[in-house]
Amino acid sequence: MKYIDEFRNPSIVNDILTSINKLVIKGRSYKIMEVCGTHTMAIAKYGLRDILPDNIDLVSGPGCPVCVISQGEIDAIFSLLEKEDVILFTYGDLMKTPGSNNESLLTYKAKGVDIRIILSPIDMLKEIENTNKELIFVSIGFETTSPANAILIKEMYKRKIKNFSVFPYNKIMPGIIDVILRDKDLNIDGFICPGHVAAVTGTNLFEPIVKKNRAAVVAGFEIIDILLAIRAIVLQVNNGTFRVENLYKRVVSDNGNSLARQHIDDVFEITSSIWRGVGSVERSGLALKDDFQQYNVLNKFDLIIESIYDKKGCKCGEILMGKKSPYECSLFSKECKPESPIGPCMVSTEGTCAAYYKYMVKSEHY
Amino acid sequence: MSIIDLTCGSGGRNTHQLIVDVILKNLNYPELFNMGDAAYIGNFAFTTDSFVVTPEFFPNCDIGKLAVCGTSNDLTVAGARPEFMSLSLIIPEGYKKENLEKIIKSVRTSADEVNVQVVCGDTKVVDNMSLKSIIINTAGIGKIIKKLNDYNAIEVGDKIIITSDIARHGMAILLARGELQFNGSIESDCCHLYNLFKCLDYNCLNFARDATRGGIAAVLNEISEKCRKGFLLYEEDIVVKNEVKYLCEMLGFDPLTVANEGVSVIIVKRDKVEDVLKLVKKCNYGDNAFIAGEVIERQVVMLKTIYGGLRNVEMPSGLLLPRIC
Amino acid sequence: MCLGIPAKIIKISEGFATVDIGGIEREVSTILLEDEPLIDEYVLVHVGFAISKLSEVDAEETLKFLKEFSDEIY
Repeated sequence: MKYIDEFRNPSIVNDILTSINKLVIKGRSYKIMEVCGTHTMAIAKYGLRDILPDNIDLVSGPGCPVCVISQGEIDAIFSLLEKEDVILFTYGDLMKTPGSNNESLLTYKAKGVDIRIILSPIDMLKEIENTNKELIFVSIGFETTSPANAILIKEMYKRKIKNFSVFPYNKIMPGIIDVILRDKDLNIDGFICPGHVAAVTGTNLFEPIVKKNRAAVVAGFEIIDILLAIRAIVLQVNNGTFRVENLYKRVVSDNGNSLARQHIDDVFEITSSIWRGVGSVERSGLALKDDFQQYNVLNKFDLIIESIYDKKGCKCGEILMGKKSPYECSLFSKECKPESPIGPCMVSTEGTCAAYYKYMVKSEHY
Repeated sequence: MSIIDLTCGSGGRNTHQLIVDVILKNLNYPELFNMGDAAYIGNFAFTTDSFVVTPEFFPNCDIGKLAVCGTSNDLTVAGARPEFMSLSLIIPEGYKKENLEKIIKSVRTSADEVNVQVVCGDTKVVDNMSLKSIIINTAGIGKIIKKLNDYNAIEVGDKIIITSDIARHGMAILLARGELQFNGSIESDCCHLYNLFKCLDYNCLNFARDATRGGIAAVLNEISEKCRKGFLLYEEDIVVKNEVKYLCEMLGFDPLTVANEGVSVIIVKRDKVEDVLKLVKKCNYGDNAFIAGEVIERQVVMLKTIYGGLRNVEMPSGLLLPRIC
Repeated sequence: MCLGIPAKIIKISEGFATVDIGGIEREVSTILLEDEPLIDEYVLVHVGFAISKLSEVDAEETLKFLKEFSDEIY
C-alpha cells in the first residue's frame, strides 16, 4: 500500500543502518528515548534493538495513554460499574487494565456489565436511540485522540443528550516533557518525538527539548522513519547543534492541525493530572470546561479519585521516565506478565514492559 | 482468577491455565495430558469440539461447515482418516427453522467432501435468555494412518511448513460481525485439511497440528512446551494476504496470533522439506503453503524479522482487542 | 501512543469520507481536516477520524533523499 510499503524497503533499511554505523563515534554512547508507545511497539516488532550498533541505547518514554492513567482513576471506573447499571464505551486498550481489586473491564464484562469496545468515539452516537441507560465514555488518549473525543462531547451537547457522561482521563504532553527534562539525572541525548501527536500540536511542542541541548526529531512509525530519526539524532549529537527536525513531513506540517486544536480548546482546558508512577504533573491533563461539566461522570455519580500508591516492587514509574529498563524490575516476567499485569507498563500491549515481554528474545536478562 | 472471562476461551495462555488448573487437575487421564488435537485409542483417533460463532453465516463458511471441518481437521492432523462424527445442536428458542436447515445442509455438503458420516446426534432447545445463537458440539472418530501428534518425533533442524496464508478466518469473522463498522469481506480459510493431507506421503511427515484459536503463535508455543524445543520463524517467508495484513495493522493485531480454520503446521525432516512443500502446493488448499522456519534447541519461539532482528513470538495472552495505540 | 494508518479516499459525503485500507472500507469523519478532502487522496486515520492529509510531495522528497543517500553509500 502506498505510503506504507515504500517505507519498509529492506535494502533501504540496510543502507540507513550502514550509515548509522559509520556515523556513531566509538566509545560514545547515544541514549535515545522514544516518547511514544506506538514507537516502542514498532521498535520491538521490527527487532530494531538487535540490529542497531551496541552504543545506541533505546529507552522508552511515557507515551502509552493506558499505562499512565492512575490507579485511582481506574478504580473510579470500577466503583461506578459496581453501583450503577450503565453502558460503558471504551477503546480496547483499556480492557485488561487491573484495578486495586485485581478486576478488569474484562472481568466486569464477564459478570454481566454492558461494556462495548469502540474504534471511534462517534460509533457511540448510534446507540443513543436504543437505550435510556446512562452511556459512559472513557475518554483517554493524548493530543492525537483528544480532538475526536471532543467532537463526541460537542455532538452530545448539541443534541441535548442527558444520559451521557465521560471519564475525563485525557493526557497531554507539555507537562510530562518538562518533568523529563527537569530531571537532574537527565542522561538522554535525543528524543524520537511522536509523529501523530505532532500532526495535531505542530513541532513547536518539542522546542523545550532542544533548549536543553538534546536532539528532537519528529518521526513516523515505519521502520525507515524510525531509523532516519535515529540517524538524525546521532548527527545532531555528533555536531552538538540541536534543533527540532521534522522527518515525518508527509503527515506532519510544522504548524500541526489548528482545527483539531480548536476542537480540544472548545471542550477541554489544561489541568494538572496524576500520572501513574510519576505523580501529579502540571499542564499534563485535560479537564472539561464549565459548559461541559454536566458530562463529568465524577460529579454526576459522586465518584472520587483516590490517590493510591503504586504496588510495591513495581518500577513502572522509573520505566516510564526512561530511567530503568523492564529487565531491572524484579517483578518483570515473573509476577508481572501480560495476562496478570501488576504495573501499567505491562497492561497495554504498547506499554514498555508488554512490548519487551512480547517481542524481546529471551536472553540472560530473564 | 475467580471467575471465567473471555480470555479463558480464546486459546491463549489463560485458556491453557484454566485447563491445567481445573480440568487436568481433576481428570488426570494419561491420554488427556497429551492435549493433542485428538486422543489415540487403539487404532483410532477420537476428538471432540464445540462451535460458537456469531454470525453463523460468513464469507466462504458457516457454523455447519465449520463444525465438520473443525472436527475432521483435528483427526487429520492427528494422522487419522476422518470417518464418523456426532452432531449435537443447542438451539435458542425462536431460532429460524430456515437457518437451521441451511446449516444442516452445509453440514451434509461438507461431510460429503471428505466422506465423513454423521452417525449420532442430539438436539436441545433452550430459552433465549440464556442463549443468543446456535451452538454445535461434535465428536469425531477416524482410523489412524500414522500418529502425527507424537512430540518425540520433533528434532532440532526439522523444518516447519505452514499449509496456507494465515489469519484469514479470524479477520473474516471480525469483519462479518460488523461491530467495528468496516465494509468489505475477507473469506474464511475454513477447509478440509484431509483433502490436502491425503495426497501427501505420511512417511515424510513427523508432526502436525492445526493452528486454530490463538493462531500460529499459540500452536507453536504449545508444541514448544511439550517437545522442549523451540522454533525460529522467518518473517520474510510468512504469507499474509494484503487485506488481512493491513486490517491487522490498523487494529494493532499480530497476524501470528489470529485464528485460522484450515491451516496446518507440519514438521518434516530438513532433507524432505522441499519435496513435501512441492506436493502440498499441488494439493487442494495448499497453493499458498510456505516454509515458515525450523526447530531449534532453545525452548523459545522466535521470529527473524525481514530486517534481520530477532523477536519473541509469545503465547498470546488472550483476546484480540482492537487498539487505538 | 497513537496508531494511525494511511487510507485512500474513495467516496466523499458531508463531513465524512469512505476510505480504503488494503481492500477494506470504512467511513471516517473528515471534519478535522483543514483542507477539503479529495477523491484518491490519502489521509491518516486515527480513531475513525482523518487527522491529516498525506503529502505526496513530501513523501517523494523523503524517498528521493533515501535514493541519493543509497547512491552515496555505494
